Amino acid sequence: MKRYSFLELAKNAFSAHQNWGRQWRSPEPKSEYDVVIVGAGGHGLATAYYLAKEHGVRNVAVVEKGWLGGGNTGRNTTIVRSNYLWEESAALYNHAIGLWQGLSQELNYNVMYSARGVMMLAHTVHDVQVAQRHIHANRLAGVQNEWLSPEQAKDYCPPLNISKDIRYPVMGAALQRVGGTARHDAVAWGYARGADDMGVDIIQNCAVSGIRRGADGAVEGVETSKGFIKAKKIGVVAAGHTSTVMDMAGVRMPLESYPLQALVSEPVKPAFPCVVMSNTIHAYISQSDKGELVIGAGTDQFISYSQTGGIHISNHTIDAICELFPHFRRMRMLRNWGGIVDVTPDRSPILSKTPVQGLYVNCGWGTGGFKATPGSGHVFAHTIAKDEPHRINAPFTIDRFRTGRLIDEAAAAAVAH
Amino acid sequence: MSQPFRTEKGGRIDRAGEISFTFDGEQMQGHAGDTLASALLANGVHLVGRSFKYHRPRGIVTAGSEEPNALVGIYRHGDQTPNLRATQVELYQGLEAISQNRFPSLGFDVGAINDRLSMFFPAGFYYKTFMWPKSFWDRVYEPVIRAAAGLGKPPQNPDQDFYGNQFAHCDVLIAGAGPAGLAAALAAAESGASVILCDEQAEFGGSLLTETNATIDGKAPADWVAETIGKLAATDNVRLLSRTTAFGYFAHNYVALAERVTEHLSQPDPKLPRERLWQVRAKEVVIASGAIERPMVFPENDRPGILLAEAGRTYLNRYGVKVGHKVVIATACDTAWQVAFDLADNGVEIAAIVDLRESPPESLLSIAKARNIRVEAGCVVTGTLGRKRIKAALLGKLMTSGQVASGGQVDCDALLMSGGWTPTVSLYSQSRGKVVWDGDKGAYVPGKSVQKERSVGGAKGLYGLQATLEDGYAAGEEAAKAATGKSAKVTYAAASGGEPGEGGTLGALPHDRNASKVKAFVDYQNDVTAKDVKLAVREGMHSIEHIKRYTTTGMATDQGRLSNMNALQIASGALERPMTDVGLTTFRLPYTPTTFGIFAGVARGDFFDPVRKTPSHDWVVEHGGVFEDVGQWKRTWYFPKPGEDMHAAVARECKTVRDSVGLFDASTLGKIEVVGADAAEFLERMYTNPWKKLAPGRCRYGLLLNDAGFISDDGVIGRLADDRFHVTTTTGGAPSVFATMEDYLQTEWPDLDVWITSTTEQYAVAAVQGPKAREVIAPFIEGVDLSNDAFPHMSVREATFCGVPCRLFRISFTGELGFEINVPRRHGKMMWETLAGEIEKHDGTTYGTETMHVLRAEKGYIIVGQDTDGTVTPQDAGMTWAIGKKKFDFVGKRGLDRPDLVAENRKQFVGLLTKDPKVKLEEGAQITTAENPATGTPAEGHVTSSYFSPALDRTIALAVVKNGHALEGKTLYVPMPDGSIPVEVTGPVFYDKEGARINV
Amino acid sequence: MLLVYCPYCGVERPETEFSCGGQAHIARPVDPSAATEEDWVNFLYMRSNTKGVYVERWRHTHGCGRFFNAVRNTVTDDFLSFYKAGEPMPDLEELAKEAGK
Repeated sequence: MKRYSFLELAKNAFSAHQNWGRQWRSPEPKSEYDVVIVGAGGHGLATAYYLAKEHGVRNVAVVEKGWLGGGNTGRNTTIVRSNYLWEESAALYNHAIGLWQGLSQELNYNVMYSARGVMMLAHTVHDVQVAQRHIHANRLAGVQNEWLSPEQAKDYCPPLNISKDIRYPVMGAALQRVGGTARHDAVAWGYARGADDMGVDIIQNCAVSGIRRGADGAVEGVETSKGFIKAKKIGVVAAGHTSTVMDMAGVRMPLESYPLQALVSEPVKPAFPCVVMSNTIHAYISQSDKGELVIGAGTDQFISYSQTGGIHISNHTIDAICELFPHFRRMRMLRNWGGIVDVTPDRSPILSKTPVQGLYVNCGWGTGGFKATPGSGHVFAHTIAKDEPHRINAPFTIDRFRTGRLIDEAAAAAVAH
Repeated sequence: MSQPFRTEKGGRIDRAGEISFTFDGEQMQGHAGDTLASALLANGVHLVGRSFKYHRPRGIVTAGSEEPNALVGIYRHGDQTPNLRATQVELYQGLEAISQNRFPSLGFDVGAINDRLSMFFPAGFYYKTFMWPKSFWDRVYEPVIRAAAGLGKPPQNPDQDFYGNQFAHCDVLIAGAGPAGLAAALAAAESGASVILCDEQAEFGGSLLTETNATIDGKAPADWVAETIGKLAATDNVRLLSRTTAFGYFAHNYVALAERVTEHLSQPDPKLPRERLWQVRAKEVVIASGAIERPMVFPENDRPGILLAEAGRTYLNRYGVKVGHKVVIATACDTAWQVAFDLADNGVEIAAIVDLRESPPESLLSIAKARNIRVEAGCVVTGTLGRKRIKAALLGKLMTSGQVASGGQVDCDALLMSGGWTPTVSLYSQSRGKVVWDGDKGAYVPGKSVQKERSVGGAKGLYGLQATLEDGYAAGEEAAKAATGKSAKVTYAAASGGEPGEGGTLGALPHDRNASKVKAFVDYQNDVTAKDVKLAVREGMHSIEHIKRYTTTGMATDQGRLSNMNALQIASGALERPMTDVGLTTFRLPYTPTTFGIFAGVARGDFFDPVRKTPSHDWVVEHGGVFEDVGQWKRTWYFPKPGEDMHAAVARECKTVRDSVGLFDASTLGKIEVVGADAAEFLERMYTNPWKKLAPGRCRYGLLLNDAGFISDDGVIGRLADDRFHVTTTTGGAPSVFATMEDYLQTEWPDLDVWITSTTEQYAVAAVQGPKAREVIAPFIEGVDLSNDAFPHMSVREATFCGVPCRLFRISFTGELGFEINVPRRHGKMMWETLAGEIEKHDGTTYGTETMHVLRAEKGYIIVGQDTDGTVTPQDAGMTWAIGKKKFDFVGKRGLDRPDLVAENRKQFVGLLTKDPKVKLEEGAQITTAENPATGTPAEGHVTSSYFSPALDRTIALAVVKNGHALEGKTLYVPMPDGSIPVEVTGPVFYDKEGARINV
Repeated sequence: MLLVYCPYCGVERPETEFSCGGQAHIARPVDPSAATEEDWVNFLYMRSNTKGVYVERWRHTHGCGRFFNAVRNTVTDDFLSFYKAGEPMPDLEELAKEAGK
């Protein structure tokens, strides 16, 4: 693999960029691999990358029914943060933050991880209590998170409206300075290029139609639109389509897939320095390096694989954005799109072995999977290579729904008296 | 000379008077009926902006909403709106426009250095560099990239305008009012269907407003439009919406339209909204969005003065503006020839018609010959000269070898190009339809209808005036029939002229230039060249989506409407795969950029979310009470007296309640009336507690779990009769408890004879708490013996308050003697004011939620959602007493038996006392066994509630702690940034542990 | 904004009048205490999450308040059928076939 650098760019400039090599190949599948990963999103590609890089498992195929990075990886609002409440979650997401910090250099691909800070607003006394609880828990867990008064929040994010006269005035904010954004496509492409370079076959336009299991119940391989591919280990990283894929192996999942919308404005000059989230009034906003305001909306109330959502969902989010940033009301929506997010009952992911020997699953990231991409791939690769979870993903089993040992991030923000 | 490029006559502008406007501060003149673009062109201004990446000088390219270059900021009300298309901005007196993305001026822009250095900025260059040194990314590279990116400047001030929202239903919605749309509207309306016809432009008519070489029913097309609009306007069942863009096509034929109401007016009526969102549920939709012309991809095809051919014709025929005095026409199809002829007929010199085709139709050649126009067939433009305005075009002759031979240079001041036509399939695509490739038309056209819609005319690649009209009429008839079942005999208008043209090209044109040096733009705004697309393919980007994302082609504000087909063809060539294998990217909403304001509509300020107020609200405002938001409710937080801060106010309120009496507005608590023969059985199944033996007139605390076994709500439930219960819930939980009850009742136990009704809004509730509570209420209550024996703690009676029927509860959330009076809401204000007056006589106080919280914490009462968080079981909360042990089933019973819910080491509800009574713990603070825990130490629990307790004259806290019930008396630590705070674990009840004060 | 038909009211109304109640025909075990761990986790959490023809519960929250069932294609969001609570599940394959016509 030819390393990227400014020097290399300059050199290629003088040969009119005719000599750049492929970032990844487009191979036909071999008949057999040690591991087949189903789904070439960020998480699947990262899994393959770390399997090859850290576990020496290079005979790996990543099969993808569409184009790599085309699912939620290429559709999210690119927010990165790790200030989750429960120790289990914070450990997982913070593991990712650690990897984010060196990811461009690790992959030799600029993923534009931008630690511009993620600010989560509190609008009610209950919000303040919840935010404070997060900050205290994060401090003990070694996760950066700090409290800002409304004035401090305004200093950090000048467009913020901290007037007491709005419907839900800002009472303060939790700020994670190490949080921020990254360029979503580059993450998929960087991992793809790195994995490909180590011998991983990324097979696009290859839909999985079945998972073959042997007499002993263990997996034997996947049926695909490009034929049967033999493998002793299969990692399913199919996000919204996980239920469908797992069903092929006869495994039921505690998942529901909802349409999640996002939108961007037309590009404008720098107008917004950080990421602002408000769970209470449902607003998530940042500005991309291209100048677009990137806004996350909510999910529809019903499951759907349509990759579209209702206008009332966008309306609600834009209401909130315009309330907090009233001068953005004259900005214009350029593009609105939808993803399919797989949601678990406790809003925490599943990174787990399954009841089927050789079958592993990484799913349930709901609306927030992008931020975990490096960490998720890293520990999932470990789980597949060693046939046992990494310390960090050990709590994220499927079995927790049976035992009741949930990691309930949603409940922790429950509505107050 | 004013407006040197204005024709002497013709066009639809109002020549009677001139109106003034400024562009970058320079004053110019135009006419009513102009767009900013046509007025600028009339003044000879082509250079209007700079491109995104290379800051190349750019001019107006189109006459429509797909304009990629002429994006300007418009000043109004002391602020600017960025990125408006000059082709859509209607001129008004005093309009102030500025160019964008340039510094210090449009003419001299330092950013243009990027163009010189462009060899270092190919597609995706940023992924390959800016990685070293690592720390430079945040501090240097990214800030520079961010400052360089973006087009216009964002608005600086809060938007003072307002926006409207309207819902509408119709039989047939027609998007686009060109020939097909108008014909469809006529046919649908005549068939008796209710019709909404919308068009993004200021005037209806679409291409008919530009067409001067045809007639419809013997009339000039524009006259036919006027007549048709007149006819439609006079029809009751037709709604005409101009300046209205159908921008979003949602499921179940739900279409969103954006109407621009006042933006084009010099002095808008302040009562009108700036824009309005229409949400239309249409039985049938006719997509008549037409087609747009495709640019040609040749080197330096982006210079100011290079426009689409039909745009040149539109400026001439509709606006009376010549795009230049000496024009080169570059084309691959017939339609551009008519542009040349129209221009020539209006005195514009046509320097040459350069047609890619070896043999353009004889009919056209002869007309050209008659006008003495130079024709270069089998030729392409291979480049242009002139930095801020095109000066000349380089020609190349196509050889049979496929090579291009230099064909000399033609001087010009404008170049009009046509690569053929692309049907506008955006709305169809949004309706989830899949476009199909039509080889004959060389275009993607709508395939099968997925929703109840039909594309007509240009939108499906059908051209020619007569055919388009017929198609429109037929679609209108069919749509009306499908929607209403009715049809009528519709007379079709007949057209002559406006024949369809042949020809077209896709992708980059061949040339004789040094391919590595020249730039042939595919996507103007994002500066994507043919080279960039090929580079992406070379680098392994084989999916059109990858190519789009890597090069950013098609991601500009026109969303690829101009660029997609050319990019696709170039990609297909580089991939050596047919175009149909490469696939098309999906068109997403909105069709054109759409103002955030219309999505937000009236949802601002208090209308952002409804405000729920209790009957005491006005009284509280008058008396200086401070509110907190709890869900949508405004609840009184505390009542400061002059000079008091929150702490002092709360301390006084707490003390007063315990010493004498307090009045609290409990109206927000959820209330549900449960009625029926099986009412007790129903509650038995819903709540953990037993209900069947509860006597009428008595109350019980009820604990509600979810079926997973965790606490979800609580509240006191009173039995009014054998078959009637008054259930209370938490404020925030009211809707979900009611919905959950309905769910179980309707879907699991439909056999039960029970009716439930939400009565939260029916009652105003006043809580009177404290030793003097009985004295306070006694004067007003009739029908109940209030004595402790006759009306003990946890009782309920129906009585009257000041003669008004009420439900009187004897309950307490403070640990004091307490009553809660429920009166019909309309009497709430009277009740509150009566009691507030009475309280004063007893040295009592009104109090708010904060005092309520302190008083209940002193008593160890939990607040669901604060002391519990959805992971707490009744055992954890120390409330096993609330579980009916002998019950067959209740919601959550089975869940409670699950392995982790019966495991050791669960977090349990306890009290905490700091060793130093003055130190108040922070809510949410973590609890550890170690005094100085290392980072990463798992917490033993956390503080759920923490207050200063006036009654104990010290701080108190509630917490959940692992195995907390067994740790009473033990010391734990609360680590804080400035040191650990030692705490002693206690029971959760701090005050009046025996409960003596309640039973008096 | 879907258009939902309430079989009790006999009217089509916009989705915002309704709440979706998730997959239909998941019965709560009649004697929960006798339910196995697996029964209970299936009841609580396991959902077919079907990509295609799916049966789900809706409640006319801001109308009659009744729960009813709907058959919907989760790929297109088109409704294929609405029926009252307690009525048997229709033949989904048959409905899908009909809708595909």
